Amino acid sequence: MTLMDTLRIAIRALLKNKMRAALTIFGVVIGIAAVTTMVSIGQSAGQLVQNQFETLGTNVIVVIPGSSRNSGVRQSGAPTLTADDAVAIARDCAAVLAASPIVGAGGQVIFGNENWNPKEMMGVGDDYLTVRNWRIAAGGFFTSQDVDSANKVCVIGQTVIAKLFQTVNPIGQSIRIKNIPFRIVGVLEKKGANMVGDDQDDIVLLPHSTVRKRLFGSVFNNVHAIMVSARSPVLMSDATRQIEILLSERHQITPGQPSDFRVQNTTEIAATLGIITGTMTLMLSAIAGISLVVGGVGIMNIMLVSVTERTREIGIRMALGARGKDILRQFLIEAVVLSSVGGAIGLALGITASTTATMMINAYSPAADWPIVVSIPAAVVAMGFAAAVGIFFGYYPARRASRLDPIDALRYE
Amino acid sequence: MSLIELRDVRRVYDLGEVEVHALRSVTLDIDLGEYVALVGPSGSGKSTLMNTLGCLDRPSHGSYLLDGQEIVTMTRDQRAAIRNRQLGFVFQNFNLLNRTSAIENVELPLMYGRGISGRERRDRAKEMLEKVGLGDRLDHHPSQLSGGQQQRVAIARALVNRPSILMADEPTGNLDSKTSREVIELFRKLNQEQKITVILVTHDQNVARNAKRTLVLRDGSVVEDTSDFERVLRVLNPDLEIRPT
Repeated sequence: MTLMDTLRIAIRALLKNKMRAALTIFGVVIGIAAVTTMVSIGQSAGQLVQNQFETLGTNVIVVIPGSSRNSGVRQSGAPTLTADDAVAIARDCAAVLAASPIVGAGGQVIFGNENWNPKEMMGVGDDYLTVRNWRIAAGGFFTSQDVDSANKVCVIGQTVIAKLFQTVNPIGQSIRIKNIPFRIVGVLEKKGANMVGDDQDDIVLLPHSTVRKRLFGSVFNNVHAIMVSARSPVLMSDATRQIEILLSERHQITPGQPSDFRVQNTTEIAATLGIITGTMTLMLSAIAGISLVVGGVGIMNIMLVSVTERTREIGIRMALGARGKDILRQFLIEAVVLSSVGGAIGLALGITASTTATMMINAYSPAADWPIVVSIPAAVVAMGFAAAVGIFFGYYPARRASRLDPIDALRYE
Repeated sequence: MSLIELRDVRRVYDLGEVEVHALRSVTLDIDLGEYVALVGPSGSGKSTLMNTLGCLDRPSHGSYLLDGQEIVTMTRDQRAAIRNRQLGFVFQNFNLLNRTSAIENVELPLMYGRGISGRERRDRAKEMLEKVGLGDRLDHHPSQLSGGQQQRVAIARALVNRPSILMADEPTGNLDSKTSREVIELFRKLNQEQKITVILVTHDQNVARNAKRTLVLRDGSVVEDTSDFERVLRVLNPDLEIRPT
């Protein structure tokens, strides 16, 4: 008997009990749909996190000063980086999109009789927005000319506006930091909290030269760090290597000598986040998988009933020359047909459900922009899993059928 | 060498507390082309002998050579193959598959045989149904056929794989006397014209009378093996005066 014959017989046998077959299939449909939905939504969440991370700067590389040796004294955080290093990195490293020096600052910001101590106050270069992939909501950013001449200008975040300017348009106004007036040239777009929960809008950005010269009164060109963005996340390692070579050259570090800077990138953090969302997806799928097991038990149950009901048919087939494996195959294929049909319907339902769910999330919370994910490998795995469920739960009843004694089976009423 | 050679065949059912001796040492030969009836009261071992001859059951002792092959030591699958190729079964209650058309019922043994194409299966099943006079009932389901027609479908099914032996267990038990006669006539023709060996179990004297040889069983033993039907009647009904019918 060929596989096609067996398949035809199986389908016909199932059609004799349409309602029963439909209900059994339904169990598998629920299981596969649940798993597919969970995997899709999980992957969608993973991608969302990844996307957000990218907007926060997955392709950001930070160069910080390393340990330095000065007359035998080693210290960390020595002022070894200069603004010129940042310029050189942006100019000479092919994989680098932009670079900006970072000079940390801090202090009270005063406007009129309001004051506020922002969480972050930094001196940065004119390319800083490009590096961070941030945008201006109103006004503009300071220019390279502002940086060159250390102009007293600044750009502030939304939280600072809320604290200082309830009624006044902040652009063009002057705020005072350490009694020095700074003109506000632009306002940053709202970014909300970052993944750690820090308010990213509580920020004041100044030209790094201004911070050094006006706030610190320093004559040196040192910066605390250089923030660099690679042209794309895949170019991260290239960019990192190019920066290391360039800075080693500029700082005259020979191979084998400890470098006076360190290059850090955020790929590892992204990888960790990927693991977290992956684990969540796996956990959700495992929970959904329980319903698939229940569906499988449903198949087993119905196949056992079917074997008992059709004992006589089994006896007839055996008398006519069916071997044990013919009977085994017949019932196994019936179970697999049930589970595969359930798998196909469940897959369609799961894709529909996850797409609808994603669209609804996007419709009701405008902030979120969940990507719609339909994973082909997941679909293939789901179908394979459905068939496997059929084989697993169909095997025992089929084996029982194949081991019946032909005489007993023929006598069965 | 005979087609069937039974040597000291016994069948004991172990029911835990008691052992039931369904067959006590049966030795017999059946040749190709014979027409044998097994008769005897209920519990005499007819059905057990029939199941043994039909390779559905395995004796607990003895030797059974079918066409020179030892059946007793065969595996389940080997016996299934023998049933498929060498034997055809006809049952009292027809044992057709419900909700399955006549032609598909007849095709069944061909499906379990060596690779026969779907087209050839259909052709052979159709031809066989035409032979038993059901050429116009190919797609009828058993529930749409009369008892006699159902039994003829069963006979077509038993013969479709061209077996050498046709085994029938009370083939007329569920039929009225007219259709019984038709079935018996069909058996006689198959035996005479196509030299098919027919072995049947029956309670019906008219059916048994048709056979050329009758085995009478009692308490698991063959007590009479004769071609003289009058002797059979005397063995079966020792108290009755026999009137020729």
